[in-house]
Order: sequence, then structure tokens, then C-alpha cells
Amino acid sequence: MLIRLLRTYLAPYTREVTIVVILVLIQTIATLYLPNLNADIINNGITKGDVPYIWRTGGFMLGVTIVQGIIAIVAVYWASLAAMSVGRDLRAAVFRRVQDFSSREMNRLGTASLITRNTNDVQQVQLFLQIALTLLVAAPIMAVGGVIMALRENVTLSALLIVVVPIIIGLVAVMFVLGVPLFRSMQGKIDRINLVLREQIMGVRVIRAFRRTPFEQARFESANEDLTSTALRVNRIFVVMFPALMAVMNLTTIAVLWFGGQLVNSGQMPIGNVTAFLMYVMQILMSMLMAVAMVILVPRAEASAARINEVITTVPSIDEPVHPEEPTSSTGNVEFENVSFGYPGGEKPVLQDLTFELRRGETVAVIGGTGSGKTTLLNLIPRFFDVSSGRLLVDGVDVRKQPLERLWSVIGLVPQRAYLFGGTVASNLRFGDSDATDDELWHALDIAQARDFVSAMEGGLEATIDQGGTNVSGGQRQRLAIARAIVKRPSIYLFDDCFSALDAGTDSRLRAALRSETKDAMVMIVAQRVSTIMQADRIIVLDEGRVAGMGTHTELMESSEAYREIVDSQLGAAAVA
Amino acid sequence: MINRGGVGGRGPAGGGGNRQMGWMGMGGPPAGKTKNLGATLRQLLGRLRPERSLIALVVVLGSASVAFAVIGPRIIGNATNIIFNGVVGKSLPAGLTKAQAVELLRQHGQGQLAQTLSGMDVTPGKGIDFTLLGEVLMLAVGVYLVSSIFTWAQGYILAGVAQRTVYRMRRDVEAKLAQLPLKYFDSHSHGDILSRVTNDIDNVATTLQQGMSQILTSVLTVVGVLGMMFWISPLLALISLVTVPLSVVVTVLIARRSQKQFAAQWKWTGSLNGHVEEMHTGHALVQVFGQRSHAMDTFQDHNGRLFDASFKAQFLSGIIQPALQFLSNLNYVAIAVIGGYRVASGTMTLGDVQAFIQYSRQFTMPLTQIAAQMNLLQSGLASAERVFELLAADDESPDRVDAVALGEVSGRVSLEKASFRYVPDKPLIEGFDLEVRPGQTIAIVGPTGAGKTTIVNLLMRFYEIDGGVIRLDGVNTRDASRDDVRRAFGMVLQDTWLFAGTIRDNIAYGREGATEDEIVAAAQAAHVDSFVRTLPHGYDTVLDDEASDLSSGQRQLLTIARAFLADPSILILDEATSSVDTRTEVLIQAAMVRLRQGRTSFVIAHRLSTIRNADLIVVMDSGRIVEQGSHAELLLREGFYYDLYNSQFTSAWDGDGQVAQTASLKSVVTR
Repeated sequence: MLIRLLRTYLAPYTREVTIVVILVLIQTIATLYLPNLNADIINNGITKGDVPYIWRTGGFMLGVTIVQGIIAIVAVYWASLAAMSVGRDLRAAVFRRVQDFSSREMNRLGTASLITRNTNDVQQVQLFLQIALTLLVAAPIMAVGGVIMALRENVTLSALLIVVVPIIIGLVAVMFVLGVPLFRSMQGKIDRINLVLREQIMGVRVIRAFRRTPFEQARFESANEDLTSTALRVNRIFVVMFPALMAVMNLTTIAVLWFGGQLVNSGQMPIGNVTAFLMYVMQILMSMLMAVAMVILVPRAEASAARINEVITTVPSIDEPVHPEEPTSSTGNVEFENVSFGYPGGEKPVLQDLTFELRRGETVAVIGGTGSGKTTLLNLIPRFFDVSSGRLLVDGVDVRKQPLERLWSVIGLVPQRAYLFGGTVASNLRFGDSDATDDELWHALDIAQARDFVSAMEGGLEATIDQGGTNVSGGQRQRLAIARAIVKRPSIYLFDDCFSALDAGTDSRLRAALRSETKDAMVMIVAQRVSTIMQADRIIVLDEGRVAGMGTHTELMESSEAYREIVDSQLGAAAVA
Repeated sequence: MINRGGVGGRGPAGGGGNRQMGWMGMGGPPAGKTKNLGATLRQLLGRLRPERSLIALVVVLGSASVAFAVIGPRIIGNATNIIFNGVVGKSLPAGLTKAQAVELLRQHGQGQLAQTLSGMDVTPGKGIDFTLLGEVLMLAVGVYLVSSIFTWAQGYILAGVAQRTVYRMRRDVEAKLAQLPLKYFDSHSHGDILSRVTNDIDNVATTLQQGMSQILTSVLTVVGVLGMMFWISPLLALISLVTVPLSVVVTVLIARRSQKQFAAQWKWTGSLNGHVEEMHTGHALVQVFGQRSHAMDTFQDHNGRLFDASFKAQFLSGIIQPALQFLSNLNYVAIAVIGGYRVASGTMTLGDVQAFIQYSRQFTMPLTQIAAQMNLLQSGLASAERVFELLAADDESPDRVDAVALGEVSGRVSLEKASFRYVPDKPLIEGFDLEVRPGQTIAIVGPTGAGKTTIVNLLMRFYEIDGGVIRLDGVNTRDASRDDVRRAFGMVLQDTWLFAGTIRDNIAYGREGATEDEIVAAAQAAHVDSFVRTLPHGYDTVLDDEASDLSSGQRQLLTIARAFLADPSILILDEATSSVDTRTEVLIQAAMVRLRQGRTSFVIAHRLSTIRNADLIVVMDSGRIVEQGSHAELLLREGFYYDLYNSQFTSAWDGDGQVAQTASLKSVVTR
């Protein structure tokens, strides 16, 4: 998956990557050439006492070194350029794709997961690419080149590599086999201990109310001991690694000197070549270790790549019509014609055979138990989902035939979970109409019963709103979200159970104010609370995806058993009796 | 909640995996600043005190291992000399003395070679002395093995020191959590406390495990290597030292520029991630409010800036390595040339030159490591400081030593002239009197944010009243232990706190040592039993953190079951306002009514039926108690409650409803 993703996204940067590979190749050759020159200095200069030769060769070495350094810097330049460009492109590709997703894809992949994919996962791939282009490319070239050079120096002595390389690989492998499972289990134990601590912080009232501090402490104590003993084992395994590798490398040096000495003595090898050989062996081993260290990154990058790929290859289920049809006017009329809706693979449809017409100036409430399909019904209007069968018309035109932006432009949505964007009160309110005047904003705040707290906030309209609106209370957030929809002046208002965080007094004042504001619009309210919807022009009672009753409060109290049940449970049978 | 990378990857020590990445060139997040370095360091050292003898041992082992590692190249150099001597000796005719050989070479016009020879220990005609070479190499084997063993032993002991220290630190922090007053939790963000007790401690663990030993080894190595270099050749040592300040200057110059870019990279990563988070979270809103292209523009802007910064950061930090490499090569050439010259002139041996080259390579590595470790140490100390801050926070006032034992409580509660304020200059509750007889129900009502939980805080002694007295069965709650007071209460809050464990354990949380039968009985009373039995694992179903199979209503029922099991004489209930489906709602209502039977109850009420049937209604607004009385009394008073009640249970959709409701109200009052 990683390879496929990189092949696609590296393609525009083939030139950069080619340059990097060529430069790294040259650089490696230069690096491997240096010990050769050193051997020459020893063989032809020092042993023969030829000082001018030493100077000449030394000067040449310096030249090689300069070239090598410059090439390395140029290589880093192109490698960074390629890696960061791919990261940028991937991020943009994921973001663009998610923007076109419908609610179906958002639900399937999950908001939190999409955020991670768009940020951390791309970061992982980018990091991997950067390291791959700078270090990983060099490792095999260095290893192969080192072996060739070592063989050139002396074939017999190169036999040492056959012994040393497997030892190092074995050592690393053992470390991995022993360490990685323990390491993973340690991660789990850290998560566990953090979970216990989080519960203690979040649940501090309950813990104290039930006097369970000793219980919590015991729970923590065992988690802490467990973590400590595992962490100790992991660390004790890993501390073997470094000294062991050092020992192997040093012993290799000693072996080279011993066997090399014999070859030198029998005249099969000049002494300078022993030194050169030693350097090659070290370079081979270092590049091996480097490669091993890098390989650890592969599974992580691979997992990230797979997650990114899933987003990029997901086709949004809602798309722009090929032959768009613009409605002639924005009346706010919404018609359901035999509308059914079901999730693919779902056992039974969420909504079944709904037919009704909602007209401009009308306030329609939808009520029903959990899972009765209320929110789904509302979500069909802005085409967050498409109907499975039947037709849904807005302003007389099937929503699937309208340009998406046009459809959305007539809708004012207040979702169940009021969400505010980081910025100011004003920037949030102008979300749907960037040209709205301050007066218009205050007017909307008045209706949403939000004037008081907004004027009390420091800066008023210009007061800061944190991302997600976390610096205002739940009720304030909902009122601002409602004001935001009002500023847009849509012809269709969709309120998805958005009065729940308001106390009943604010709720009723808000609805009263809204009444006059929405004279020329269609208002749909999904609610849990009967008092919120009692006075709607029409109440639609949903039960398991079907209309179980439709009419005014009074009518439904007469005719609908399901509605009466709901009213009784909330206002209390005693209260009505 | 988006995990901001804090609990992400971890190194073997249990933290800081990300920072290792940083070392490899990504650049970690900017290290936090320590406010008071000296004090933090002292406290951290104080924490290491119990391990001081082991730490001394670690230092000794570390020094020994470095000493042996530093001697190694010198011995290897000797081995090279032996080989070289053998090579040269073999090329000379046998039977001559060294002096004769030198003379012979001079006569043949090879003055330079004669010069070299004069500085060597050569027996003409004799090849490599393998006995001697073998001995020297065996010595090298021994030295290197001992060094490795010491390194390992040091790491092994240090792991224990670090882990035990962190273990104690975690334990103390957890114990501290139990001693902090509720005020601390309410006035600090939970995220902040959590990050102190998790991420920061993990960070300290990494610093202790990796930082300490590496800094120690690096410093010792620098000293040792420098000593060896001067011992072999002061001239070459000085030449090598020239490259050190050069390396430092180059690194600092480049790092200063790259740090700026890394900071910019983190800044733009932050704003980009923030933007992505917002746009994905508000996905539907962005679409309906026509903000897609605007969102994309902002994204592309941030993305472009991020690219700029990260490209520059990567490139600049990428230069450091080749630049240092170049300097090190420069040094290498200088040593080779000058060393070669001196070998040729007979003032130095080949082995020494070789050893010297090795030393000069070993010299630069620990220097860069120290620099890298300083960053780690800095962030570790900043974390340690944050942990110490938590540990230094004020504890809850202790229970009285001569606390009155409360025993079984009948449920009589009285508040006499109670006063309380969260902030000293903002009086909230002043001279509040309340008399509750056993079994009565008190409804606490008021608009959102009226401070209804304040009463709960005071009754449960989560906060202490500033004046007046709260009595339980006539006993001043301040004279009793907190545990005794809380034993009398049961609590069902809207925020349904359940811990990660089985359903059984969560219900059993209500009372220590409850039997299975009691748990099931409580579950039945709270209408929990029936739905639990439909779950595949029944009572053994594990509730995990957030995502669980239970609806919010079912979670609420579980907390009611917990209260049933606790069987308190006084109840504190918080009626749900949030989305609970109708059928569960009926069950919750029924369960709460049953739970209240025979107990004194304080209900934060939202339901008309609850409020009207309450024995006493306490009306709150803006944190204060504004009225109290029965439903009928309060309505007749036509005060705050009257308005609240009217707006709450009458409709404003049209005028008719208002009339209708008011009429029914009147009938209620007069009834």
C-alpha cells in the first residue's frame, strides 16, 4: 500500500528522486574512495617515506571531501523538496476528498479518524519518505559498494564478513523477537495506567461520594506495579543491545588485524590495505545497522499509507448532478413522495414510504423514540443522504437534480451537537452570510435569546470563541448555533434536537421569538421534549421509520396512542390527570 | 478529544519516542521552559536519593567502561605497529642491527626511509612477531569485552533506578489526587491535570532512563578521548581541537536558522491540524453554509506555509550532518598528512596515527550527542516541574482527629445560616436556612447555570461552607469525618461516570463487599437487570471508555442501580435533560421514584411532576438561592418561580396556549 501510494504521489517528482539517487550514488562512491586514498598514503607515502606523495594525496583527499560534502547538501535539498511536496500533496488530496464526502462516508470513516488520517498519518508517510530519500537510499549502495571494495582489497579477508554479518543480524533479530512483544505489552500497560488516572480525575466526585478511594488506589497500585515490572524487563533487554553491538564491532577489528597481519606477513596484502579494509567493514556494518533501524519505520508508515489510501479511494456517495436543474424560486416548500431510506446492508429500512408536503410558513415538528428515524428524515433534505426510493423535492425540484451549492444555500441547519468554529462570535454568525451587518447579527442574537450573554462577554461580537466553542456553555453554544442559522436567512430551517441544552424557559422564549422571524420559511424541528413542540402547526410522530401520526397537539392527543404515551412519560400522567 | 501526540509513540523507557524521531531530523515540539531550574533539579535529585548508592555504582561502572573503551584504540594502534614493524623488518636483510640498517639505507640515498626506520622498533630480517601480536590483540579483546560488560551492567542498574523512581513518583502523584480538594479539580482543566500525571511522568521516565546515562557516558568519553589524544601527540591533539569550535560554530549557525524553521513548522502544523479538525468536525455545517471553497483556500494557504517551513527546516537541519562530516574529514586529512609526515620523519609510529584517527572520530560524536541530550533534559525537567507543581498543591483540610462517629443516619438535614462563596469577593449563599425531615423530597430548580450543583457540593462536603452549620441528624458535619458524611448520601448525577470494568463491578461500586444477590437485586430495582441479560456477556460485559453498547439512558440506569446498592438514607439526584429515548425515560423516572421512597432526597429537578410533588422547592438563580417554599406557596408569591414555571410549562407558540395553561395552573394551586 505504501509503495502504491508513493508511486502515485512521487510520480510528479520523478526528476527530484532521480537526482537524489544519482547524487547519493556519487557521494557513496566518494565515501568509499577515501579509505583507498588512505591506504595509498600508508603504502606509498609512509612506508616509503615519501612526504611529497603524502601531501599530494592528502590534498586530493581534501578535494574529494569537499565534493562529497557539496553533493550531500544538494542531495538533502532535493530529497527534502520531494518528501515535503509529497506530504503537502497528500494532505491536500485527503482534505479535498473529505470535503466532498457525504454523511454516509463521514459516519463510516469517523470524524476523529479522518482528522488523524489527514494530519498524523500523512506526517508519518512524509517522515518515512524523508528518511528513505536521505538515509535509506544510501544504505544498500553503501553495503554493496563496501563489499565490492572489501573484496578488491582482499578476498580471503572478506570471508570475515560471512561470519560477522549473520552475527549482527542474529543479535538484532533476537532483540526484536524478545523486545517487541514486551514493548507492545508495555504500551498497553501505559494506556491502562493512564486510563485509571483519567477515571480518577473525571470521576473524582463519584469516587469520593462512594468513598472508594482505597479501591481506586489498589487498582492503580496493581497497574503501576505491572507497568514498572514490564518496563524494567523491556529496558533491561534493550540495554544489552548497544554493548553487544559494540563488542561485535570491536572484535571484528581485532580479527581483521590478526588475519590481516598474517596476509601482510606472507606478502599477499600491503599493510595500508588492512587499514582500508577495516574501514570498509565498519561502513558495511554501519549501513546495515542504519537499514535495520529504518526498517522499523516501515510497518508504521505502511499502516498510515493504508489509512490514507482508504480515504483517497473512497468515492463520495453524493455527487453533483450531471445535468443540474435550478429551481425557479426559493419558496421553502419541501415534498416527500413515497420516500424510503435504508443503509446498504441494513436489515430493515430506517424510513419507510413517507409522503407529505411541508409548506412555507409552516412549523413542523418531528417526534419519536430513539431510532425512529427523526434525524435521518431531517438529513435527507440537505442531501446528507440520498433517498433509497421515492422522491424528495425542494422548491419543486428533486434534490438530486439540483446543484449542491444551490440546495445548501436555501437551508439553515442547526445540528444536534452545536458546533462553533474558532474565531469570534461575529465570525461564527457570519458563517452563512459574510456580508451581514452588526445590526443583523444582534437581531439574530435577540431571537436566539443570546444577546445578554454575548454583550456580557468581553468584546461582545468580537469576543473570542475557541475551537469547537468550548469556552461557552452548552446552552450558549446552541443559542449561537441557532443565531448563525438565522443570520443566513434561509427559506428552510432545520433544527435537529437543538433545544435540549436550554432550560425550558429559554427554550420557550426562543421559540416565540423565532415564530415571527420564520413567517416566510419552512421550519422543521426534531425534538425529544414535548413542551418544545406542543404548539407546532403540525407534529409528525415517527415510530420505527413510519408515520405513526400527523396533526396538531390536540388532534394527536385524541388520535395517536404513540403520541399520548410520549406526553404521559414526560409531563407525567399525574400532571395531566 | 484529539490526542495531540502526547501519548503517541514511546521509547523503551515509556515516553519520548517522538523525540527520538526528532533527533533523526524531524525536530520535536519546542521544549517547554522550566520556570525554576534550580529548585526542580534539587527536587528531582531528592527523588533519586533512595537510590544514591546505586547511582554511585552506575557512575563508577560508567567511568570504568569509558576508560576501557578509550584505551582500546591505543592497544589496536600497538598491534598495527607490530605488523608494520614486521613488514619493514622483513624487507631488510637479516643479521643486521637496526643501526646498521639505518646506515645502509642512508648510504643508498634513502634518507627519508632511514629516518622513518630510526623511530621504529625493528629487527631486520624478522617478520611480524605473531606471539607479541597475539598477546596484544588478546589484551584488546579483554579490554573491549570488559568495557561492554560494564556498559551493560551500568544500563541494567540504571534501568532499575529509573523505573523505581518513576514508580514512586506515579504512586505519590496518584495518592496526591486523592488528597486534593475538589476545588483543585474544578479550577484546573482536566486535560491539564491528566497530562501532568501521564505525559509528563512518561517524559520524566525517558529522561531518567536515556538522558542520564547518555550524558554521563558522553561527557566521560569526551574527557577520556581528549586525554588519550594529548598523550599520543599534543600537536595533533591541538590540530584536532581546532575543528571542535569550528564544528560548534557551524552547528550553531545552521541550527539557529533551522530552529526558526522548525518553530514555524510546528506553528503551521498546529494551525493546519486545527483547521482540519474544525472543518472535519463541522463537516455538514461547512457544506450547508457554503464554506467548502473557503475552507479549501484556508487549507491550501496553511498547507503551503507548512510546506515552506518544513522544507526549509528539513534542508537546513540536513546540512548539519554533511557539514560536520566535512569538518571531520578535514581533520582526518590533516592528521593523515601530518601524522604521515611525522611517521616518515621517525617521530611517531603508524599505530599511533591510526589510533589518533579513531580517537578524533570518537571525539565529535559524543559532542553532538550531548547537544541532543540537552534538549531532552530540558524538556524532561520542564515535565518534572509540572509534576512537582501538582505535588506541591494544597491538600484538602484533614478530618478532625476527634471526629464524631455518625453511625446510621435517619435523614434529617438542617442548614443554619449557611454561607458560601467560590470566590472570596463574590458572595453566593448568605445565611441560608433549611430544615429537612427524614423522607422529605427537596426540589432544586432554576435556569441553566443557576448553580444548582453548589448545594450538592456543600452537602457532600466537596466544598466546605464558609459560615453557619450543616447538620446531619443534629451532628455538625464538620465534626464528623468526610467518609462518615458521604456514607449517608447516595448520588446519581447526570454525568454518568462509569469506569472501565464489567457492569457488575460498576454496580458493585456502590458498596464495598456487596454479594451477587444484592447486586442483582439492585439491578432489578433500577430496571437494569432486564437489558443486561440481553447482552451477550450479561453482567460480565466490559464497559470501555466512551464507545460502549449502552445508551446514555442505560448508563443512567446503571448509576441508579449503584445508588440502590449503596442504600443511603439521603439521596442526591440529578434529573436528565439530555436526549434519552421515551421508553428508557419512563424506566428512569420509575426507578428514581422507587429509589426515593423512604429516603430524604435532594433532586435537581426538571420534571413538572417531580417539582410539584416535592415537599420543598429551592429556587436558584445566578448561583444564589432566591426563593424557597412549596409549589403552591411559591406560585401564590408570583415571584421568580412563578415566572419560571409559567415559561417552562406553558407555551408561547400562540396566545391561546398561554391562557389554557394558566387556567390549569390555577386549578392546580387551588386544588
